[in-house]
Amino acid sequence: MADPIRIRDYSFESRLFVGSGKYRDYDEMLACWDASGAEVVTVAVRRVDLNHEKEERNLIDVIDRERYTILPNTAGCYTVEDTLRTARLSRELGLGDLLKLEVLADEETLLPNAPATVEATRQLAGEGFCVLAYTNDDPVTAKALEEAGAAAVMPLGAPIGSGLGILNPTNIKIILQRATVPIIVDAGVGTASDVALAMELGIEGVLLNTGIAKADDPVRMASAMKHACIAGREAYLAGRMPARLYASPSSPREGRFTES
Amino acid sequence: MQITLNGTPRQVAPNTTLAELIDEITQDRTRVAVERNRAIAPRAQWDETVVADGDEIEVVTLVGGG
Repeated sequence: MADPIRIRDYSFESRLFVGSGKYRDYDEMLACWDASGAEVVTVAVRRVDLNHEKEERNLIDVIDRERYTILPNTAGCYTVEDTLRTARLSRELGLGDLLKLEVLADEETLLPNAPATVEATRQLAGEGFCVLAYTNDDPVTAKALEEAGAAAVMPLGAPIGSGLGILNPTNIKIILQRATVPIIVDAGVGTASDVALAMELGIEGVLLNTGIAKADDPVRMASAMKHACIAGREAYLAGRMPARLYASPSSPREGRFTES
Repeated sequence: MQITLNGTPRQVAPNTTLAELIDEITQDRTRVAVERNRAIAPRAQWDETVVADGDEIEVVTLVGGG
């Protein structure tokens, strides 16, 4: 049954968004994308390497634009101004209006700078970008981003690249209950069960990179993430049984022929 | 005259256009976007934009990222 994630005018069958960083090479990356079933892939914007540009195979050339929607990020930006510049350059590259907006606070934690993220969201939403705003697992900031014009809000599960999983599912639930835009967990997802747990909370999707790229077998992990995402979504839609403290036998008590 | 290209000083001939500068560093113009003095230099204006002494120009492309 079709159950797409919708973000403004965009609609994707796969709820797993994947990154393009940290792979050994493009071939490994493409194999992982294929195994993940993802339709949305994140990329970064960086200076052309003046010494090597002419020889290198460029990422733009290897992405099948018919198959994948490119979600450029503003990774590595620590100020509102640099974030705006990066976003505008990404649009100038012909990548459309989608943007994974991140404004980071410091290089050690890579945690979001919440006030700057809200301000950058306000400006870029005003410039017509479809802003997917990366943020802390803080319900107050999530709401502020929505009010600033974010098309989707992307709270972290844990710090970028940490693989620690969903550290505060309670906050993610609160974010979700108050949201009127899609909530996508972005960052910190280490393995398949993290994806399933996140999706079971009822969020709309998961964005991850390192969890696949730094697995021992990235292609197999990409497949695991795909299935976990589907399983978590299905479990959420199915509605789990109530948890209870004491046991409840699955076989009937009546009709037993054994003693006691 | 001297400009700064991607953070590196670079000598360019007078009356060099942005398009000429970009062709020096990439084979495919569609792979790059350009900023001149912190403002977008739209692709459609590269041919007629003449680089000025002291310009700070950034030429960017896509790389892998999460």
